[in-house]
Amino acid sequence: MSRKRSRYLFYIPLLLMAAFYLIPMYVMLATGFKAFDEVNLKTMWNLPSGIHFDNFIAAYEKLAPHLWNSLNVVIPAAIISSILGSLNGYVLAKWKFRGADTIFPLILFGMFIPYQSILIPLVEFMNRIGLYGSLPGLVLTHVVYGIPITTLTFRNYYASIPKELVEAARIDGAGMMQIYRSILLPISLPSFVVVLIWQFTQAWNDFLFAVVLTGSSNWPITVALNNMAGSQIIAWNVQMAGSLIAALPTLLVYIFLGRYFLRGLMAGSLKG
Amino acid sequence: MMRYRKEKWQSFLLVLPSILAIAVFVYGFIAWTMRVSTSAWKGLLPDYTWVGLKNYIDLFSDQRFMVDIRNTLIFTVVFMVGCLVVGFFNAYLLDQGLRGENFFRSLFLFPMAISYIVTGVVWRWLMNPALGSRLSGLNLLFDKLGLDFLINKWHTTPGWGIAFIAIPAIWQMSGYTMALYLAGLRAIPDELREAARVDGASEIQIYRHIIFPLLRPVTLSAMVILGHMSLKVFDLILAVAGKQLSLDVPAIYMWQTTFDGYFFGRGGAISILLLLSVAVLIIPYLIYTLKSEPEI
Amino acid sequence: MKSKKLAMSVLALLVVFSILLTACGQAAPAPATEAPAAPQTEAPAATEAPAAKKQVEVFSWWTGGGEAAGLDAMIVVFNKKYPDIEFINAAVAGGAGTNARSVLATRLQAGDPPDSWQGHAGQELIGTYVKANQLEPLNFLFEQEGWLKVMPETLIPLISANGNIYSVPVNIHRANVLWYNPAILEANKIAVPTTIDEWFKAMDALKAAGVETPLALGEQWTVMHLFETVLLGTLGPEKYNALWDGTLAWNDAEVTKALDNFKKILEYTNSDAASLTWQDAAQLVVNGDAAFNVMGDWAEGYFKELKKAPRTEFGWAPVPGTAGTFQFLSDSFVLPVGAKNRDAAIAWLTVCGSKEGQDAFNPVKGSIPARSDADKTLYDEYLQSAMDDWAKDIVVGSLTHGVVANDSWKTEINDALGIFLTDKDTAKFQAALQTACESSGPCSK
Repeated sequence: MSRKRSRYLFYIPLLLMAAFYLIPMYVMLATGFKAFDEVNLKTMWNLPSGIHFDNFIAAYEKLAPHLWNSLNVVIPAAIISSILGSLNGYVLAKWKFRGADTIFPLILFGMFIPYQSILIPLVEFMNRIGLYGSLPGLVLTHVVYGIPITTLTFRNYYASIPKELVEAARIDGAGMMQIYRSILLPISLPSFVVVLIWQFTQAWNDFLFAVVLTGSSNWPITVALNNMAGSQIIAWNVQMAGSLIAALPTLLVYIFLGRYFLRGLMAGSLKG
Repeated sequence: MMRYRKEKWQSFLLVLPSILAIAVFVYGFIAWTMRVSTSAWKGLLPDYTWVGLKNYIDLFSDQRFMVDIRNTLIFTVVFMVGCLVVGFFNAYLLDQGLRGENFFRSLFLFPMAISYIVTGVVWRWLMNPALGSRLSGLNLLFDKLGLDFLINKWHTTPGWGIAFIAIPAIWQMSGYTMALYLAGLRAIPDELREAARVDGASEIQIYRHIIFPLLRPVTLSAMVILGHMSLKVFDLILAVAGKQLSLDVPAIYMWQTTFDGYFFGRGGAISILLLLSVAVLIIPYLIYTLKSEPEI
Repeated sequence: MKSKKLAMSVLALLVVFSILLTACGQAAPAPATEAPAAPQTEAPAATEAPAAKKQVEVFSWWTGGGEAAGLDAMIVVFNKKYPDIEFINAAVAGGAGTNARSVLATRLQAGDPPDSWQGHAGQELIGTYVKANQLEPLNFLFEQEGWLKVMPETLIPLISANGNIYSVPVNIHRANVLWYNPAILEANKIAVPTTIDEWFKAMDALKAAGVETPLALGEQWTVMHLFETVLLGTLGPEKYNALWDGTLAWNDAEVTKALDNFKKILEYTNSDAASLTWQDAAQLVVNGDAAFNVMGDWAEGYFKELKKAPRTEFGWAPVPGTAGTFQFLSDSFVLPVGAKNRDAAIAWLTVCGSKEGQDAFNPVKGSIPARSDADKTLYDEYLQSAMDDWAKDIVVGSLTHGVVANDSWKTEINDALGIFLTDKDTAKFQAALQTACESSGPCSK
């Protein structure tokens, strides 16, 4: 009885935490609807005087062409690196060749390099293989730097699958790829969801690689968004509206797929 | 047996593309950076004159770099502890099986979806440290709510400003630790708790002796992820506070010295030191996890 | 059967990602449907048909606001004059061009320079690109177009090295402007200060009258901006110039005095400076929260956007001690050695230096033309006053905006300034400034 009532007390901290997470969103929304001369640090908590959709329209017009570029980069990058991660994870968990236990940490280490420090060799390399300035070059970069985390995720997931399952299949005469296809892949969906969401978000939000690797005609949305703020005088209201537009796809992914993300985590994927 | 050997080869070939890619994109580029870090390169054109460890030695008498190290340490500690505590707290709340769990879970998770390019400006406003008649941001909110004791100078607090920069970072990443902990809590069988309760253990004792120890691997892996993020923190600080020494970190120094000042040698040295510190953090962890897992 | 499978796998493994993708495509349930689509959608971007038209790719950091609008106006002029050349606008934003310059640096490393790029006229270009032999001298263009006659004599040496001119200045901004709130000064019966000592007195009086922030300040680059104007105000133009050409040492007693002034001035500034952009800081003045702000004259464009009236809601004067001196900065364009489209690049530069081009760009951007023969009626009240000063004042260069010091020197000064802001130790600051000049500037040990 008292246990039940005390459960309602949990809503107090929950709502407080919710406020903490929502405050920045409130400011963005409120500012996004304000007129330029209404934007003032002192009155940032005030609601806008009216609903000015023109900020959103103005921002959308500038960002729209780049939305498509982003999708063209992010979707293939997320899918390819997930598939590679899955294959790597499968091999490194179940088909350890000699040196596999050395290779794995070496691959993993790639996750930790500070990307700012490798920009120059990266540009040189891309230039040499003829992918500099193009979207495929950016896709390749995201794929490669995504391999460590996807490999880690899948390897840990596959490692938790009993080896008897694989051995039984081998005794039945199944080959390596066959076992992957018929046994591991069907149960990999939770991990795929986690990794796809993760990679999608990473690549979508990337600015650094995008700005140095692509030319003006194929800039992704983060570069375009940053360029909106590129004047000496920044229209914060339009900027905030643009920020919301740029964040929308990843936000939607998290809102609608968040539960699968969590389920994937619970299936042991990101547990290290 | 024949088939077995063939499949070992096959398995190696399967990961070969990834290995090659990583070899170039990670180790090749690191090697290049190392070479630059031992050169006298300053200015736009490459200058590979060998200077040995001079760039490294100079850094350790460089006052700015000393500030960076201190800032990174403070940031890392606050960020990690903050994410773990807030994340666990949220997971604990959500683990109660309350109505609306889905909603709150999405809410706690969503900041992960947004980049600092998007939220940086908002945080800059929220953490505006002006006092007196120009009170704004969160300070103004505290004032209106009668929470005046919370009003502070945020990231302009002398000496400790960097600790406040961790707040937006915690805002963004605590959803991740929440998810990990929630997954961890849900994985703990109810029977364990029930058994402990039957034995007369208090809730606090249950957490201390049963749940926390079981969550330790989760905490450890979260710490590694968060730790390397905090060593590399870069765009958050630029977005919230711009480039200024009091909030400087190695990644920003590296960027500024290389691309604003063309000190490529020094920039390379900072990169390598950053990498080394990341390695110090994660190599023991990798060894630990690889050793502790059962043979597959 | 088995060998077939092996062949398939080996094929899959040996070649690139896309083939790998299709090989497992049948197996992967969820991604399979989308995966094959990926390379197809990329294809058009990769094989964009090269236009038969001549092109000129111009790199700048003008991506928004008045700058972008001004650039667009200049592109219209360009297209009219050279309809057969396609203009490719490769603008990248980033605080005072930092992101843009990193992108440019990586492009130059990769041997893929744009046909022309923006740079602050002066040492920022000379110390970096001229030193690396990346730029062609433009004397021929200046002579051919008669620009030497219409640009101020004192400007030319500041944008030249060894007698060669390396960039075409499009616009001029003034750095040493003191913006003030006329109402606050009036209410406290304070005249606009003309010397640094008067400035101190004025700010003391304001503080005594309860004005919390006599001088508004923003993030670190705005502090450097203030620093250079105080240097100029204390030393005067000749000695200020002497600091940059190495004839006056940084450990000179006069510099000590300037640093003391600077330290004292910082005491009148807002404590939250580090968290404010230049816009936030300038806004304090027009909102009545601060009396003064030192900022370049792009602030005027911002005040206008805030719908504030000149003279009544904001006033301007040279920074105390700098009357008669015009501390300038200029956006300019260059001709790289080995430009892919050299003729087209020269065509662009011709527009940049032309009266028509400058009069198209500057009224929109809110700056004055580098030429002294521009059509004054196109410009607003403040800009007209700046044009008068530009024509008659002594011209000196800005540090923060790349005129007087090369990038390496500037970052070293910036580091020293950052440390000074935390410990306020002028002696150490001065020593660090001397060291910076020795390691990256013209001072010899």
